[in-house]
Amino acid sequence: MNLHHTLRSNAQTLFQRIEEIFDVPFGGDNNPLRHLGAMALYFLWIVVGTGLYLYTVLDTSIEGVHSSIGYLSVEQWYLGGILRSLHRYSTDGFMLVMMLHLVREWANRHYAGFRLYSWMTGVPLIWLAYGAGIGGYWIVWDQLAQFSATATTELLDWLPFFSTPTARNFLAPDSINDRFFTVLIFIHIGVPLLLILAVWAHLNRITKVDYLPSRRLMLGTIGALLLLALVKPAVSNAPANLALVPPELRIDWFVLFIHPLTDFTSPGFIWLLLLAGTLLLFVLPLLPQPKAAPVAVVNAANCNGCSRCHVDCPYAAITIAPHPDRPGHNIAVVDAKLCASCGICAGSCPSSTPFRSQENLLTGIDMPQLTVDMLRRQLESALSRLSGTTRIIVFGCDCGADVKKLSAPDTAVISLICSGLLPPSFVEYALRGGADGVVVTGCRPGGCHFRLGERWTAERLTRQRAPQLRARVPDERLLLVSASTHDDLSLAQALLEFRARIATQASSIDRLPPYSRRTSHHA
Amino acid sequence: MLKPAAIVGQVILYGAFATFIGYFATSPKYHQIPDDVALIKLSIAHLGDRECRKRSAEELDKLPRNMRAPLECPRERSDIKLEVDIDGQPAFRTVMHPTGLYKDGVSVVYKRFEAKAGTHQLSVRMNDNLVKPGFNFVKEAEVTLKPAQVLVIDFNPDKGGLFFQ
Repeated sequence: MNLHHTLRSNAQTLFQRIEEIFDVPFGGDNNPLRHLGAMALYFLWIVVGTGLYLYTVLDTSIEGVHSSIGYLSVEQWYLGGILRSLHRYSTDGFMLVMMLHLVREWANRHYAGFRLYSWMTGVPLIWLAYGAGIGGYWIVWDQLAQFSATATTELLDWLPFFSTPTARNFLAPDSINDRFFTVLIFIHIGVPLLLILAVWAHLNRITKVDYLPSRRLMLGTIGALLLLALVKPAVSNAPANLALVPPELRIDWFVLFIHPLTDFTSPGFIWLLLLAGTLLLFVLPLLPQPKAAPVAVVNAANCNGCSRCHVDCPYAAITIAPHPDRPGHNIAVVDAKLCASCGICAGSCPSSTPFRSQENLLTGIDMPQLTVDMLRRQLESALSRLSGTTRIIVFGCDCGADVKKLSAPDTAVISLICSGLLPPSFVEYALRGGADGVVVTGCRPGGCHFRLGERWTAERLTRQRAPQLRARVPDERLLLVSASTHDDLSLAQALLEFRARIATQASSIDRLPPYSRRTSHHA
Repeated sequence: MLKPAAIVGQVILYGAFATFIGYFATSPKYHQIPDDVALIKLSIAHLGDRECRKRSAEELDKLPRNMRAPLECPRERSDIKLEVDIDGQPAFRTVMHPTGLYKDGVSVVYKRFEAKAGTHQLSVRMNDNLVKPGFNFVKEAEVTLKPAQVLVIDFNPDKGGLFFQ
């Protein structure tokens, strides 16, 4: 486990570093590495769309199959040829981002607990994707198809399932007939349909799914693929001839790498590798994991069933049901198995306001490990300790930059489970409680460990999403900073500049009237 | 609005992505066998023989009319012994076992051999009933293999047993 932990941690750091490099030109919303799942779906839709056209022009006779596809590349290069190239290169792109997605999710330990279902349902997708991809190469029935068909059946024959070797179907030129391609087409359509069904299952427990990446990312990607299709169109090799071993082959290594690997090793080794790898992926989440954090708890007396937590929960862990004590009212219900323990729900609850006069602040939905009451007490304590001319409260995120390093006499820091846990009213409370400015920092866009936390926080504080920061709060006294675990320095710099700006503009920025809940009962 | 540096960065990264996809979609080239080599594929699927016994008239009389088959044959099939020599040297020896839980299915073998292009003396012997000694099917021939040629060694009773294709 230590070796695994070291490997995973290093991979996580590497991935985060590369993602941050990509953030520079792309920004978080358009960073392909932060949206690998959506990218995979995008490639899949391109494959499906272009495949429909290829299907309409394909002649499934043994004489016609090679020439009908070849016609597209030569005579109809401007349409069919481009679509064929897009079909192939999108398949390669799909394979690439699918495997990157797998490694990224593993590196970020997104495979256990509330993510168990998504992980488990993702593993069969790999088999289906390669099944569909390899079969697709056979349809062209060129030398590459011949090589792949022979190699695949020889690999399958190693398993003790077939009474007669399936490789006998590709022994001699007269071994196959027209019916083979008809069956092949059905398989090549059927397996991707299964794949799409499996993708639906894979995404079933996630809300606000990015079925497609951002428009800018889609345009950039399709532009790159179109350019590639024009510069290097996908073409067929010479027609298959089972009486000859194909000479040098231009292999698609994204899809067909398994054939050379089998030649270099053995079918037994490959099956061991595939089955052991699959088993490992299935077993990984079942290995001992860090103790799960407490899940969100609904307080029936304070929940009015407004459903904001239900809307904001990234994992569909909250449903709305009839209130047990108040006829005609609703209440939030938490499914403990699905709860990510992020606290985004507590941040969304309209009752999570520190201005309430209760000594023990109770809200509709709360995190036992960091209740809004604890948060208010921490904030009040921090405010009372602040000194200096420009006093700043920093709300951070345990998954982002380390805000504790910023702690100073004039800077109080409070680290949250996720920045999404912060109810916007706490910003106003801090400013009215003596702070000159408030910094809220969370993960970079698209980089939230839990999903959506940084996005909901930004939208709430910029008054685009309920619960909103009240309009009376001057924007100049609030700073939103996206900072990952490697952004400690840039966060410190942003704080420095923010403090200087407030100090120099103090007279021109509105100051909210002071508020102390111990002396006032009204906000 | 994108900054010029971001646009340049995106163009470089999209270009790198397209180049990466374009390169590994066809490269590096793969040679399955060396240029001066041919392939011999041994592929046989054959039901082994079985020892049948002729029923006596008394035995047949005891059977219901619809079951009076003159021969009583066991369900199990014999193993099949197979030997392949190339240029007088043993290239492959095996005993193929019948498939199926009751050992009543075909016996199969599938094997690839690489051979230098040129003329070779090929000898294949097969015994599909191991109760009897020796080999009841033998095929010997001098074959000339061209580079990259695939020569299939197969068995079909309708084609006279073992044959090269």
